[in-house]
Amino acid sequence: MMQNSFVKGLKDGLPICFGYFSVAFAFGIFAVGQGLSAWQTVAVSLANVTSAGQLAGVPIMVGRLPFLEMAATQLIINLRYALMSVSLSQKVASNVSIVDRLIISFVNTDEVFAVASGCPGMVGRNYLYGLILTPYIGWSFGTAVGAVAGNVLPAIVISALGIAIYGMFVAIVVPAMRKDRAVLGVTFCAVGLSTLFRYAPGLRNLSAGMAIVVCAVAASALFAWLRPLEAEGEEAPSHG
Amino acid sequence: MVDTALFCRYLLVMAGVTYLIRMLPFVLCKRRIANRFVRSFLMYMPYAVLGAMTFPAILYSTSSRLSALAGFVAAVALAWKERGLLTVALCASAVVLAVELLGF
Repeated sequence: MMQNSFVKGLKDGLPICFGYFSVAFAFGIFAVGQGLSAWQTVAVSLANVTSAGQLAGVPIMVGRLPFLEMAATQLIINLRYALMSVSLSQKVASNVSIVDRLIISFVNTDEVFAVASGCPGMVGRNYLYGLILTPYIGWSFGTAVGAVAGNVLPAIVISALGIAIYGMFVAIVVPAMRKDRAVLGVTFCAVGLSTLFRYAPGLRNLSAGMAIVVCAVAASALFAWLRPLEAEGEEAPSHG
Repeated sequence: MVDTALFCRYLLVMAGVTYLIRMLPFVLCKRRIANRFVRSFLMYMPYAVLGAMTFPAILYSTSSRLSALAGFVAAVALAWKERGLLTVALCASAVVLAVELLGF
């Protein structure tokens, strides 16, 4: 089974696009507030397409900290993308060429990855291009609007938009937890660990990006050992 | 203000590192991984990442703990009923707005 419809990709990408618009909007306000100009703020979004990395990177630019610190911060915060890219590489159909991979990986964000992973069977190139198109536009356009017009929205609306992206994560994970016991277990395990890393003395000194990597690797490895998939065949038991 | 030349150098480092992290594994891992443990690990990983990214960070995503908690509960309830991504995200925002308008 292979999903390779451009239109289906567009449709699946649209909620991500709207979600990104609000988050990028908040980023636009933040970056201009930090002291970047509007065009610089938009350039950051166009070139990176990563929320946490951008939030961490802007203060480094503005503070004129060493380039090495910029590189190290981005490496740690974005290390999870390496895991996602390995995971996604196992899910793309054979019609995805090297050039396609070079382009698609540029927009392999948490949400794009999550939606592609949730697709039954393999995903083809047309589907993937459809999937990444509108989120990229939403991310760039939202940043521009936030950077230029951010101060017209009341603070209470910006606060409410802050939860939008997390709401989307919940919408991806909870239905899969409901359908698959092992997914339920692995998610609770990761959530428990990340709570520990947030509050426990000593552990909470680890950066947020690194904590995510440690929690996700530990929880997935534990469940891969406890509850391995059935032998080779249809994957991703977590959707119906 | 960061002047243009300096900004471009920072941007190059930032975007370069981010892209390489995403691109290299995706381009280099072309063959199907046969190892059962690794395949299971990669199948569970997305949910573990999203879980760890969402909680407890979601509780700090708005201007008050209480409004964020209300939004989180609303999101879980709607997601449990298998509402779409956009519905869940917007309803969570609406609940946050309502709770904050009430003065919490």
